[in-house]
Amino acid sequence: MVEVHSVSKSYGLKAVVDDVSVNIEKGKITSFIGPNGAGKSTLLSIISRLLSADTGEVLIDGQKVNETKSRDLAKKIAILKQSNHLSLRLSVRDLVSFGRFPYSQGKLTKEDHAFIDKAIRYMELEDMQDKYLDQLSGGQKQRAFIAMTIAQDTEYILLDEPLNNLDMKHSVQIMKVLRRLADDLGKTVLIVIHDINFASVYSDYIVALKDGKIEAQGTVNEIITSLTLKQVYGMDMSIQEINNQKICVYFS
Amino acid sequence: MKKRYLVVLLILLSITSLFVGVTSISPLDLFRFSDQQTEIFWQSRVPRLISILIAGVTLSISGFIMQQLSRNKFVSPTTAGTMDSARFGILIALIVFTSASPFEKMVVAFIFSLAGTFLFMKILDKVKMKDPIFIPLVGLMFGNIISSITTFFAYKHDLIQNMSAWLQGDFSMITAGRYEMLYISIPLVFIAYIFADRFTIAGMGEDFARNLGLNYKQAVNVGLVIVALSTTLVVLTVGLIPFLGLVVPNIVSIYKGDNLKNSLSDTALLGAVFILFCDILGRVLIYPYEIPIGLTVGVIGSGIFIYLLMRRRDYA
Repeated sequence: MVEVHSVSKSYGLKAVVDDVSVNIEKGKITSFIGPNGAGKSTLLSIISRLLSADTGEVLIDGQKVNETKSRDLAKKIAILKQSNHLSLRLSVRDLVSFGRFPYSQGKLTKEDHAFIDKAIRYMELEDMQDKYLDQLSGGQKQRAFIAMTIAQDTEYILLDEPLNNLDMKHSVQIMKVLRRLADDLGKTVLIVIHDINFASVYSDYIVALKDGKIEAQGTVNEIITSLTLKQVYGMDMSIQEINNQKICVYFS
Repeated sequence: MKKRYLVVLLILLSITSLFVGVTSISPLDLFRFSDQQTEIFWQSRVPRLISILIAGVTLSISGFIMQQLSRNKFVSPTTAGTMDSARFGILIALIVFTSASPFEKMVVAFIFSLAGTFLFMKILDKVKMKDPIFIPLVGLMFGNIISSITTFFAYKHDLIQNMSAWLQGDFSMITAGRYEMLYISIPLVFIAYIFADRFTIAGMGEDFARNLGLNYKQAVNVGLVIVALSTTLVVLTVGLIPFLGLVVPNIVSIYKGDNLKNSLSDTALLGAVFILFCDILGRVLIYPYEIPIGLTVGVIGSGIFIYLLMRRRDYA
């Protein structure tokens, strides 16, 4: 379980994350939603030790993140930030192989190769594993990065806007993969996501942030209501039930 | 380009290099050298070949490492002020210790080139505009500033002539007893190989590196030490050899990619072949005179550099 205890982080005078406490369930998908500048990405970075909190603490399976060795954490938690602009020409397979670095420290064993193969198969990248990343489309590239994260074989997978710049088809494909990661492999997935309908349909829990504070948290059914979303986004939405899924209609 | 061809080419060029020069030494004489031939062969030709190979290998690998760490294809010891800083260090050594021993010069020059390279990396952090072509321009300006300071102090202390020896890379001065310092950089190549994965991961960004549990700062520091030390050794023994660390890694990157571990041997081989070719060219073009290596590599290298810039424009 990930426990966030009254974490705050500010840049200058502006509190980007303001006294946030939240517990994240194991084996589920938790989506972080909220308007731009709500502090979602910052919170994700703090949980994954890319940023340090000013106050408060983060515990992963009872261990304090800032007191755990970075190398050990890399086997427990993986984070993929948005906009992975790589200036390096790497093949898909090379990239996925780097996911094994926390275990191999550079020397890939048979076991590492097995994990790499599995991750490539999981993301259906077999045909293009020897291609360079700069030859791939945005969706394929994103899949390659997620494959690397899978190869890292961590219990917790954090993705910062994984659907950024993807079309519907690829977005659905990615979300289905995340669903399988949680349901089949028991991974805990945390995502920052802007499209609330993707959050509604594919996640188990939703945490809504606004101005650095938690506005609401709970199951999809608890959060996806006109009232809560009005509080979070400041706009009226009607919630329609289609095929047992809650769809927000926010085009007024 | 197959590695096999590079190896064959390297061997052929190496043999050519041994038998090209003012004193005619033919491979056919190999087993009946006159005393003079034996002396020239062991005192001049062999040291020259060895120093060319080491300089070519280490400068190319240094360039590759720098390009990964700075995340810019056009950063190299030439375009980041490393070479100019090393030269500045040599000058300071000459001023402070009036008759500096090679070792003193090396230490001071190394400290300067390391400091200069660190400074450039800091500037890089501060620069908001990460345009791939803008960054090396900043580096060239930075190098030129250091170079002007060097000239200023050299002028004041009447060391201009002395300093110009380090301005233009030249292998014709290499004889036994004057190049052995270059051997220090051989272990650096092995360290580079051991750290190859770390450099590549660091090249993907600090967040990326931290996610994989890599000590980012350590990897960067090790890389910069390798770069600064091998550059210093080359500048000290041979002189400035511009663009080598820029052109060779870029060519290898095009056909072999940027995974340093895969590309390291190709980079080393191509670097050695390239500089050996330039050296032989410089020796035969105006035979029996010689064009210094700094000039031949500079002309051919800058030509390729322009081509790479244009190509980058096209597909970036």
